[in-house]
Amino acid sequence: MSDKDVEGAPREPAWRADFPIRWALDHYVTRRELAKFLTLGSALLAAGNAVIAAVGKWRRAPPLPEVTIAGAAAIPIGGSALFRYPTEADPCIVVRGQDGALRAFSQVCTHLSCAVVHRAEKDELFCPCHHGHFSANDGRPIAGPPIRRLPVIRLTQRGDQVIAIGKEV
Amino acid sequence: MSELAFFIDYSRCIGCQACVQACQECDTHRGVSMIHLETVERRDTVQTAPQVCMHCEDPICARVCPADAIKKTDDGVVQSSLKPRCIGCSNCVLACPFGVPKYLASIDQMMKCDLCYDRTSTGKKPMCATVCPSQALSFTTLDENQKARAGTPINEWKFGAEVVRTKVYVMVPPAVQTFEVSGLVQLGKKRAGSAGQPRPRDPNDVADLLEET
Repeated sequence: MSDKDVEGAPREPAWRADFPIRWALDHYVTRRELAKFLTLGSALLAAGNAVIAAVGKWRRAPPLPEVTIAGAAAIPIGGSALFRYPTEADPCIVVRGQDGALRAFSQVCTHLSCAVVHRAEKDELFCPCHHGHFSANDGRPIAGPPIRRLPVIRLTQRGDQVIAIGKEV
Repeated sequence: MSELAFFIDYSRCIGCQACVQACQECDTHRGVSMIHLETVERRDTVQTAPQVCMHCEDPICARVCPADAIKKTDDGVVQSSLKPRCIGCSNCVLACPFGVPKYLASIDQMMKCDLCYDRTSTGKKPMCATVCPSQALSFTTLDENQKARAGTPINEWKFGAEVVRTKVYVMVPPAVQTFEVSGLVQLGKKRAGSAGQPRPRDPNDVADLLEET
């Protein structure tokens, strides 16, 4: 039964439409309800972030395998070679810098995942898709769209064998 | 087949307080009874009268609420005050012609009977009607009530020109059709008794109480 068909009752004032007696017609959200929602929602978000941070801090990723990079020791200064690490689906590039040191990086551009190539004359890694430039010394972006550095592959040398032992994202 | 309705039969009430205890046990308002067991003329009789919310068709408690806290659902049940809205002003307490809403100072809110909405909305009986041993409170269909009871169930109350229709029925003697509440109170009676002595006050006469002021 609506509020308006009560026998003999005067017609309802216009404000009654905003504050109806019938539950189904009521769509008003009180300030207190909104404040409660915002407070609890913020608390939930903060707690969720804390949990994610804690998991990231305490969980240790399993150690990566050691993989020998074939022919890496024979790379001349300014030269480079491709390899895969830690799995066959992860292309990487190892370069010998002007100082004679070997450095290895992921070959996947941090912008849109194209493969980067080595440009010895500029001592940089170059992504041809959108002209992204990375330093060949530490993998940091120099120019172009990428804003994150290339993941660095940790290397070690045993005798004349160059071995990939880890990855720093 | 008529729908389920609540019937109060005051003459059957034995004052056992089972309804009050059952109501208090409900988890939605633990420890506070929403049903009032009134004593009637306590000086002269042990008669008691249970009072649940009558669930008016046009709930005056909701009409006078300045905080928009009392709502009526489509099945005709007038709900208790909405917690985030009730400001504890007691307008409804003063306005209700049946004296149902009560103000609880400890939580600064009004609470009243909502016909055990969690139960009745899923087809169960209200707690009080479930436990009442004399069935002074019953939750059944109008047909069943007519078969089992001699009295007439009425749900129309006249307060002078104001007519209040309720969802809850009250059993009255068969001859009565509507209930003229204002007829019980006759103002302007001569209070002079015999031989110039004032008639002694009757503590149960509402008119006497009203004219005192």
